[in-house]
Amino acid sequence: MKILVLLKMVPDVVEELEVAPDGKGLDLEFLRMILSEPDDHALEEALILKERYGGSVTVAALDAPDVDDVLYTALAKGADRVVKVADIEPGTTTRMAAAALSGVLRESTGLLPADLILTGSQAIDDLDGLIAPLLAHSLELPYVGIVTQVRADEAAKTATVIKEYPGGVRGEFETPLPVVLGIQSAEKPPRYVPVAKVRAAMKSQPIETAGALTAADAGGPLAELVAMNKPMVTGAAEMIEGSPEDIAGRLCGIFAERGVL
Amino acid sequence: MAGNIWVVAEQWRGEISEVSFELLALGREVADQLGVPLEAVLMAEGRKESAGALGKADVVLYADHSSLAEPIPDVCAEALVQLAQERRPRAILVALTNVSMGIGTLAAAKLSAPGINFCTDLKVADGRIEAQCVLYGGKMEATVTAHGEPAILGIWPGARSPEKGRATQAPAVEDVTVTLPEPRVRLKRYLEPEAGDIDISQQDALVAVGRGIQSKDNVALAEELAETLGGAICGSRPVIDQGWLPLSRQVGKSGLSVKPRLYVAAGVSGAPEHVEGMKNASLIVAINSDPQAPIFNVAHYGIVGDAMDVLPALTEAVRARKG
Repeated sequence: MKILVLLKMVPDVVEELEVAPDGKGLDLEFLRMILSEPDDHALEEALILKERYGGSVTVAALDAPDVDDVLYTALAKGADRVVKVADIEPGTTTRMAAAALSGVLRESTGLLPADLILTGSQAIDDLDGLIAPLLAHSLELPYVGIVTQVRADEAAKTATVIKEYPGGVRGEFETPLPVVLGIQSAEKPPRYVPVAKVRAAMKSQPIETAGALTAADAGGPLAELVAMNKPMVTGAAEMIEGSPEDIAGRLCGIFAERGVL
Repeated sequence: MAGNIWVVAEQWRGEISEVSFELLALGREVADQLGVPLEAVLMAEGRKESAGALGKADVVLYADHSSLAEPIPDVCAEALVQLAQERRPRAILVALTNVSMGIGTLAAAKLSAPGINFCTDLKVADGRIEAQCVLYGGKMEATVTAHGEPAILGIWPGARSPEKGRATQAPAVEDVTVTLPEPRVRLKRYLEPEAGDIDISQQDALVAVGRGIQSKDNVALAEELAETLGGAICGSRPVIDQGWLPLSRQVGKSGLSVKPRLYVAAGVSGAPEHVEGMKNASLIVAINSDPQAPIFNVAHYGIVGDAMDVLPALTEAVRARKG
């Protein structure tokens, strides 16, 4: 089973986000980038599938601050090969990123064909499209999104996947391989790997690099972000201050007033 | 006719989804402001009678095909593309739900047309459609315009009230033809939610935990409050994915929509996927250490602080009051 995982870094929203001086994007100066959470689950699912069926896991990631750490961590967790897609321009949209990725997948040796191409179902900055369906389109492969479980039948060249629907309903789908899957969450939470193992991976295994298309090659953005702003605090919430005991007392009063106690 | 506004009516398991009416309400406003007709696109097999509910649209374009029996994004996108190439709408509104996710992106890619995701509102300014979008889990808002047509607009649930999208009059229904292959992806069966656990949508009081709760051990603090209130514990996506709570306790997009009398959100940031499932609770109290957390925009009462301090104090106070 040959599995390809595509990773993308996104701003850590736990940190304070600021709008850039031009008002059309994020201020990159103080931005901390982390691995997009659904992508972390896509990697985990790939590793689980490798353990179950054997084979290899290749990880390709778009270049971004701290992406090397993420790639070395992927190696330490059990990935066989990691590739950094370089020359990504700031302000690259998801649509351009997908074009860059599919270019690299086609042109770099040994990345394709793969049986399974996994990536996160969605990222918090996917303003102009989702990576998984975009790649499925450009690689002319089937696509299933919001996937939480994958069973593959290598001989039959098919996979059975579970997709989430509203209300806790799940759908079981059969798809031919290869397929592009948008992973919502892995069968198990992403594994922890000790720092010592990551350090060992840094020393023993290289990060390969592959060039990307430029924004111009990708045709430029069709969706233009004209203004970005922090959401106005609508003032809907009445804020309660004080010690935990004061707050608790006040809330209890409100609960009683509203008849919920 | 070229230049019309289209709404993709979502149908799943024999029903038109609520979100379809929300999109019709929003689409109606946009179409009226631009002075063009609003058309709903219904793609299904043997469900023409459902089109009658879509009277907020001037016309329903009904595509009937065996490959459209299930809303497989691949196939729906192909059908939509064929119709759009023929009829050249100006904009197509598609719901960002688990059922429809992917249709918009695939259609935009196939048409080399602009796609805009995460829309919460649409406005018309100087004859142009401006999309209001939420990004970064609700931490930023953006105004986005499209270059080219049709603009394919992914709309979050909740953009308008579904009531505004219902109409008593029946729309004109036009049968349209699409040529589709057998779907590559095939539905084998639906798996119903596991029974046995309590139904969080039936609880009067819910205490929800989010990523801010930090560790599985802290879930117990919320559980204690829930018990004291005579309610139940639930959670947002990250907590479920971490395995801290079972899937049956998930509130939001893939989980359940809840409307309890009291909803205490502890360490829940308020990403759109979560808010969608709890915004109609009668009384919402949010506890979060981040004063900018979007949850404070839907909460009635907010506390900026550590949920791990507030929860035990609140449990004590509720206990004392109950005697």
